[in-house]
Amino acid sequence: MTAPPVLQLTGITKRFGPVLANDAVSLTLHAGEVLALLGENGAGKSTLVSILFGHYVADAGTLEAFGRPLPPGDPKAALEAGIGMVHQHFTLADNLTVLDNVVLGTEPWWQPWSRRGAARAKLLATARQAGFAVDPEARVGTLSVGERQRVEIVKALYRGARLLILDEPTAVLTPQESESLFATLRQLVAQGLAVIFISHKLDEVVRVSHRVAVLRGGRLVHEGPTAATDRAALARHMVGRHVELPRRERRPLGAQPVLTLRDIAAGPALRRASLAIAAGEVVGIAGVSGNGQQALAEVLSGTRATDTGELRLGGQPLPASPRAWVGAGVARIPEDRHAVGAVGDLPLWQNAVSERLHLPAFSRGGLISRGAARNFARHLVEHFDVRTPGLDVPARVLSGGNLQKLVLGRALSVAGERGTPRLIVANQPTWGLDIGAVAEVQRRLLAAAAQGAAVLLISDDLDELFALADRIAVMFHGRLGPARATEDWSRDAIGLAMAGATAEPVGEEEPADAA
Amino acid sequence: MRLEARSAEARGALLWAPLGAIVFTLAVCALLVAWAGAPVGRSYALLFEGAFGSRFAWSETLTRATPLVLTGLAAAVAFRARLYNIGAEGQLYLGALAAVAVGGLHGGAAWPLPAPLLFIGMLLGGALAGALWLLGPAWLKQRLGVDEVVSTLLLNFIALLLVSMALDGPMKDPLGMGWPQSVAIDPALEFGKLLARSRVHNGLLLALVLAVLLWWVERATTFGFALQAVGANARAAAFAGLPVQRTVLLTALMSGALAGLAGVGEVAGRTGYLTLDMSPGYGYSGIVIAMLAGLHPLGVVAGAVFVAGVLVGADSMSRAVGVPTYLADVIVAVALLSMLVATLLTRYRVRWRA
Repeated sequence: MTAPPVLQLTGITKRFGPVLANDAVSLTLHAGEVLALLGENGAGKSTLVSILFGHYVADAGTLEAFGRPLPPGDPKAALEAGIGMVHQHFTLADNLTVLDNVVLGTEPWWQPWSRRGAARAKLLATARQAGFAVDPEARVGTLSVGERQRVEIVKALYRGARLLILDEPTAVLTPQESESLFATLRQLVAQGLAVIFISHKLDEVVRVSHRVAVLRGGRLVHEGPTAATDRAALARHMVGRHVELPRRERRPLGAQPVLTLRDIAAGPALRRASLAIAAGEVVGIAGVSGNGQQALAEVLSGTRATDTGELRLGGQPLPASPRAWVGAGVARIPEDRHAVGAVGDLPLWQNAVSERLHLPAFSRGGLISRGAARNFARHLVEHFDVRTPGLDVPARVLSGGNLQKLVLGRALSVAGERGTPRLIVANQPTWGLDIGAVAEVQRRLLAAAAQGAAVLLISDDLDELFALADRIAVMFHGRLGPARATEDWSRDAIGLAMAGATAEPVGEEEPADAA
Repeated sequence: MRLEARSAEARGALLWAPLGAIVFTLAVCALLVAWAGAPVGRSYALLFEGAFGSRFAWSETLTRATPLVLTGLAAAVAFRARLYNIGAEGQLYLGALAAVAVGGLHGGAAWPLPAPLLFIGMLLGGALAGALWLLGPAWLKQRLGVDEVVSTLLLNFIALLLVSMALDGPMKDPLGMGWPQSVAIDPALEFGKLLARSRVHNGLLLALVLAVLLWWVERATTFGFALQAVGANARAAAFAGLPVQRTVLLTALMSGALAGLAGVGEVAGRTGYLTLDMSPGYGYSGIVIAMLAGLHPLGVVAGAVFVAGVLVGADSMSRAVGVPTYLADVIVAVALLSMLVATLLTRYRVRWRA
């Protein structure tokens, strides 16, 4: 091999207190290659990339880019060496144009005015090379998420990136947008660009990458050509053991709908939604995030009032009050477990009872029944396998997976001793969890459905919806499409619906018992 | 240099943070003492002696601490719910004004009611006046998002002007020889002495009882839980179905009432009448005390004794070695800043290399 490798990491080690975030990681990347960096949360992917980018300094090990050593802890040197990064959360200014965003920070401060003509020409040339059309004068705020991602890529290339790091690039895209991203990557790689593709979606990794590196617990546990491995093997490397994700089974559904929505609307985010869910049924809501799922979940958690329409639980209307919903036996799992699901500074046991502290079981005359509350929390910790140093630690010290098990346990206990909740509203319940916790949460949801709970599952993860849901409906621009049996959906059809296409004939809402 | 989050709060932070802050404060202020040309060791010894060195020193310190415990509690409970009440000073004056209105209007003859009833009326009136003075800002915050730091702070000046108006008008003491001073309250309504031959009065007892009560409320009641949950994470509290608005308004009433009672205590326990310079910033010192206490109601008592000791001790130190009494204000102010840094350090550790 004549050309030096694009990137050479040797023995990178980084320790945070007692935690070994990276343990002697060595990697090589060549021009024209896509390397997938795979691993669960906390496996050390972000740390490794941060070291590469100069945000952290490694305790041991060396970095070389294009044959030259990269000075540690110097983000500017990394940029100048031709390393570009596209973050999962874009770093664009919405109120500026595409051109302004791309030029921002590239011109010396002492230059009296910006050379827009030249910049514009260079931007268009860069975009053409990457194979997509961008309008330099478009305001970024008016672009779709997929278009913004392209701006980020062009921005990196404009700055001379020859190594592009993409952090979970498909998390915010529809399947079709992901396809077009992959096409772009193939074209760029053919021109000699090197790409590090960070993901935890195995399908994608297998399809786009030439080589895969898997991190687990800070160590490089697998590295090799993608063609020589498969999804199951990669999953095993990631988790260190074999994990079977649950799938739904055919089961009898209740005749009466538990929840019925008729043309409800709430604010600008939720414009129209109609739906009926039967007991024991799992209905999945797909959609690109930001299309009204949040508002729908809030309405169905009692934290947002509807403007119009009819909402009934077991035939009865319900006011917009969390206590009323909890009292009616609705298990609510919010999207953001840290910001909404728990009060991080308060002890675990108080978080375990926070929804139902006002009930006679846990307080009398305004006085907390400490013993009963702690007993309940202890039961919950044991029953839902929450790993915690104790009941008195603040909830924020729990890991994401354990906090989610606490939130899930609290929600599923709304029915008290009587058993299963009537309705479960789960908004992104497995988002950001490691695969073991994902399996656990999914199993609990299916088990509750098998015992007769109606489940509304909002998820960005199509695999999850296909595995768990009996019917799937797609949300777009605040409107909820018809819920159709999962077997009747193809991935392409869902992708089109997520992008707002209504080319296909839309059938009438099927009654719940026919699904 | 960078800050790195600690995985868990440092152990014993509630105790070590204020102690460290105070030691640091005294070290910094030693430079000022030296600058004023006084011997540092002797000056601090005098300060300590003046605050805690004799029965008289203790009695003066405790007298000063009485309103400070109450304003400290007022700040602590409000801050716990993330309601930043900077207006304890104004609420204190409103409470004092109400005490005089109930107990001293009409030339000290008050209303034609039996003294025990009037006494209760005076306490409730003072508490209510302080509470209502804070209810407005709290309501504006809830409804319109008006920043309560600004509104409560500005209301302090309005409260003082209101008092000034009352002292020049309906409450003016006809025997005051032109001094802006109110009529005295009925002597039958004054607080009894807690210690013979001193100025320590039963207001201290009231303050201590309220501190314990507040500690218990925060610990053992559903309201106390809602108060802490709303302060720590209002979105999560609302999601769990806790009554966020009601909790904040109730907290505002409690906080204002505590500050109002501080004013009642000063009138009924110490001066007997109301003047415009009755409080040397007790309301503001209460904020420092609440922060030093880590918002813990029992810690507030200790913090109040510390601040009162500094204020009293600085007086006698100033007489002996000629360091201006302003040093006391500097110590209190530096203590607040040190405490803010110390609190930060209980959650983050400093790394000097990246």
